[in-house]
Amino acid sequence: MSGPNDNFDPKRVAALDPDVVNGFVEAALAAVRGASTSAELKQVRIDHVGERAPLALANREIGALPPAARKEAGARVGKARGQVSQAVAARQEELAAAELAQALVDERIDMTLPVELGPQGAVHPITALIDEMCDVFVALGWEVAEGPELEAEWYNFDALNLGPDHPARGEQDTLWVEPPSAGKLLRTQTSPVQIRALLERDVPLYVVSPGKVFRADEYDATHLPVFHQLEGLVVDKGISMADLRGTLDHFAKAMFGDVTTRMRPHYFPFTEPSAEVDLQCFVCHGESVGNPERPCRTCRSEGWIEWGGCGIVNPRVLAACGIDTDVYSGFAFGMGVDRTVMFRNNAPDLRDFVEGDIRFSRSLLGGAR
Amino acid sequence: MKAPMSWLRDLVALPEGTDTATVAARFTALGLTVEHVTSTGPDITGPLVVGRVLSFSDEPQKNGKVIRYCRVDVGDELNDPASEEFPASRGIVCGAHNFAVGDLVVVVLPGAVLPGGFEISARKTYGHISDGMICSDLELGLGEDHDGIRVLDPSLGAAVGDDALELLWTQDEVLEMEVTPDLSHGLSMRGLAREAASAAGVGFDDPYAIPMPENSEAGQPVVLESDRAVNFVALTIEGFDPAAPSPKFMVDRLVASGVRSISLPVDVTNYVMLESGQPLHAYDAAGLQGTIRVRQAHEGEQLRTLDGVLRDLAPDDLLITDDSGPIGLAGVMGGEATEVKESTTSIVLEAAHFDGPSVSRTFRRHGLFSEASKRFERIVDPGVPYAAARRAAELLVTHGGGTIRPEYTYVGKVPAKHRLNLRSGLIPAILGADVPVSDSIRILQASGLGVTALGDSLSLEVPTWRPDLRDPYDIVEEVGRKFGYDRIGRSMPTPPPGGGLTRRQKDARRVLAAVAALGFTEVLSLPFVSADDVDALGVAPDDPRRKLVRLANPLDDTQPFLRTSLLPGLFRAVAKNTSRSNDDLALFERGSGYFDSGTPDAPRPDLSQRPSDEELAALEAALPTQPDTIAAVVTGNWVTAGWDGRAVPADWRHVVAFAETAAAAVGLRISRVNDDAAMPWHPGRCARLVVGELTIGFAGELHPEVVRAYGLPARTCAVEFNLGDLLAAAPAGGTIAAISGFPVAKEDVALVVDEAVAAADVRAALVEGAGELLESVVLFDVYRGDQIPDGKKSLAFAMRFRAERTLKDAEAAQARNAAVAVAAERFGAVQRA
Repeated sequence: MSGPNDNFDPKRVAALDPDVVNGFVEAALAAVRGASTSAELKQVRIDHVGERAPLALANREIGALPPAARKEAGARVGKARGQVSQAVAARQEELAAAELAQALVDERIDMTLPVELGPQGAVHPITALIDEMCDVFVALGWEVAEGPELEAEWYNFDALNLGPDHPARGEQDTLWVEPPSAGKLLRTQTSPVQIRALLERDVPLYVVSPGKVFRADEYDATHLPVFHQLEGLVVDKGISMADLRGTLDHFAKAMFGDVTTRMRPHYFPFTEPSAEVDLQCFVCHGESVGNPERPCRTCRSEGWIEWGGCGIVNPRVLAACGIDTDVYSGFAFGMGVDRTVMFRNNAPDLRDFVEGDIRFSRSLLGGAR
Repeated sequence: MKAPMSWLRDLVALPEGTDTATVAARFTALGLTVEHVTSTGPDITGPLVVGRVLSFSDEPQKNGKVIRYCRVDVGDELNDPASEEFPASRGIVCGAHNFAVGDLVVVVLPGAVLPGGFEISARKTYGHISDGMICSDLELGLGEDHDGIRVLDPSLGAAVGDDALELLWTQDEVLEMEVTPDLSHGLSMRGLAREAASAAGVGFDDPYAIPMPENSEAGQPVVLESDRAVNFVALTIEGFDPAAPSPKFMVDRLVASGVRSISLPVDVTNYVMLESGQPLHAYDAAGLQGTIRVRQAHEGEQLRTLDGVLRDLAPDDLLITDDSGPIGLAGVMGGEATEVKESTTSIVLEAAHFDGPSVSRTFRRHGLFSEASKRFERIVDPGVPYAAARRAAELLVTHGGGTIRPEYTYVGKVPAKHRLNLRSGLIPAILGADVPVSDSIRILQASGLGVTALGDSLSLEVPTWRPDLRDPYDIVEEVGRKFGYDRIGRSMPTPPPGGGLTRRQKDARRVLAAVAALGFTEVLSLPFVSADDVDALGVAPDDPRRKLVRLANPLDDTQPFLRTSLLPGLFRAVAKNTSRSNDDLALFERGSGYFDSGTPDAPRPDLSQRPSDEELAALEAALPTQPDTIAAVVTGNWVTAGWDGRAVPADWRHVVAFAETAAAAVGLRISRVNDDAAMPWHPGRCARLVVGELTIGFAGELHPEVVRAYGLPARTCAVEFNLGDLLAAAPAGGTIAAISGFPVAKEDVALVVDEAVAAADVRAALVEGAGELLESVVLFDVYRGDQIPDGKKSLAFAMRFRAERTLKDAEAAQARNAAVAVAAERFGAVQRA
């Protein structure tokens, strides 16, 4: 480096010659243009912008010039350095963009590859449907009541107006606990839960009771010895068949869309009047009836699907629970959950419900992954 | 109940043009559900006519058969024209030989289709054109007889060319109905006719409206010695022709009703039973000895019933006896000795009213279900025995000759008609429909009730044939079903606020959703087990899981018990899956276990009022313990081998994760304790699951012996715990601490301890010793090897410290040292350099 020129003695510093400076700039710009990667550009930056770059070294020579010449040389070198820096920065942006674009191509993954971080779990379709059914009533403000599966005969039969000699009692194929004289059995219906609700809770009473029930029944495609029911019970002032009908229709619509229900007179010991409840076919809406062109397998072209039983709670049942039948009346209804899964999801064979094949429980997950 | 339409139309004059479908739809709307409408008569189409055999020749064949080539006159319209060889007739080849020239036979002609889709055509056979077929009973669908063709009895009055379809069968439609236990009158044609008349709005004349006569013992002597025999009518027919056949209309209707035709006396009693609802019995008067007495059986008595079985009688059985002893089970089945025989010319007809429950118990005890016992069980009209006996006697003498002795016997009585009062407003109030009182009255009168309106109440007298109408609500139903349920409107009652799911119910749902999201699939299994299932779990003799509840009438004698553990059912599900090549399994089930806790018998409180608190407590105390249980099993791979890596075998960690996920779903943390004595688990690979201080279950790898006993894949792992206990422990809310934004200080420690020391215990010691500054401590390495003495292991923990200020290095180091000190003191843990 030349020493300071304090005595204004005209002195020439070669590195600050305009031509030389321009040469440095040309070389730097050429190098910038030549850099094809960020890594190369980094080296260019070191070579042409860094502390050891020719322009940086030239800059240090400015002090060697006479004061009158310093300004002009300073401006020249400063402009040159700025030009180079800008070129580097611009190139940097170009390269970064190109490299990102390339990376986005290079890093591509086949996002259709199967993903399995663990097994595919599922609740049983019965569990899912029970929750869905309960939720219809929970949304209305009803409660969900539960009770034991191994039940006292009194709850399952006596209190439901099914005395020891009642003809309907023999029809229920009860599974009795040994010895039968001990008065214990596997409940044949969820109705004993209604008695428990009547005894344990205050009126007005609005409950549904889902659960397992047991019958000494065949084990085949349409019968299981263990299946599931959901019953509803309302006891309030002024309850009528119209309330029952409106509630059943609401339930049907919530579960199946725009369908209605109908009631056919029937007999149950614990309700009077009693009815069977049919669900309007939610698939064909009755259009398959008498129309062989459009058969419906869901309702077997009958337009209606047997859904369950219902009625006005027999006042004898209420009286046995200490409820004033002059003030209160009630309705009750009950449906088979397994049967509902069968016709709602076209499940062909009830045995699949209890054999534990994982494919059955996973049926409603939208397909295998 | 099968109701032939022709019979129904005989009993009620339905308006012109009322078709069967309309009648069926009305019955269904009344609660007498018509399940099927069937047609009687054969499934035959095309010409089936009466022919006369004019001539035949028997022609031996090479195959050893002798065929008979017949010329049969089938009437001018269907005969071939006369030729030199034959008069007008048809040529038919027949294999049978049980007929003669001049016999009338049934001929099916080409173009007809016999039952089973058998099409008839003219065909060449045995050197002749066979232009039709002479039919046997089997071919006609009339019976099993195929030995020969049907030769028509001349008494039928058939003529050549007559349509044999009309001759041999009565075309009728039959309603197959489900009659509910309350509508006992629906088990009689007259009861159905009354319903049909009411629905059609036409009148009904009950052919059985003859009232009971004065009591009399002038006929067959009868004494009622049990109050289960309410009344008894006996009529005697003398000079009866035992060979007389049953008339065709009667046989047709019996067969259409599903009752076999046996003999005229038996057919008449069945016919009248179907029509009136009153079961009858016909005795051979010659077989009766002295006085008929109706009484309960004595201990040790026996009776040989009609079916030839010698039966031991129970004191609860109601018997018909004579001076010789028991001659019948009342309302169930007669005895062999007094049965009507081929030689019977004097008949005593019994029509009596027996107590329904008594008959019901007897037929169930002896396994003797019959049309008669079914009707008694559902309670027969106590006012109809005389009318029914009278009708049966008249049918017998009409078709079998003889005379009805004018002296009759009627002992006992008809109970007074049931009466009740009803607020007329109850009917519209309970139906929720605007039913005018006048409609109610009209409907009830059509049902046979006597109705008197008194102000706003109705005074009702119930006819003897409606034992189901007892309470005001029964009357509401009677009006309702005839008013029409479809005319009832719709409304929604409003529950009081505050309902919905309980926290426990919501928590249970969370648990199931969480374990399903973790990857477990729910299955449901049948809860029936064998003692072997429990033995195979390897549990100790005094283990509570051996306290099995036994069923009195199990579905499968090899599985007479109820489960105390969900695991046997899950193991069966594993076997089912692996047998179908579903090898990678993570299954769970939630359900009750049932433990026989030696509870007392369940009481049966009186129903006239609410049971007392003591009675309710006794009911609860009688029931076995039924814990809400959840269990899971894993086998095969948790993650299968794939493009992204190797398989992850399912192991003990996954069943532990099941329990911990379930607990976390309800805001709980499970702590685990190594347990070396919990069957059915591997003694070295089992964790006891503890919530607070309470053990709720176990998780781990199954004992190899259990795996072998159940035929499970090796290394199958399982977890089972009391879900009820978990849910009960779930906190209501929980605490959210302030989140510190200050930097974390990290300290790792490696501690050498004995193999037997549980990692969870070491961790607990560190937590205890580290104090409040500790944010987390995670075990990140377990090392055994060269640098560690035999029988020891090194546990490396990453500890993180944080506070509401920036911690100094020395503070974190001090806390770490304090933590290590507790581990050292408690387990001799030595920090690795």
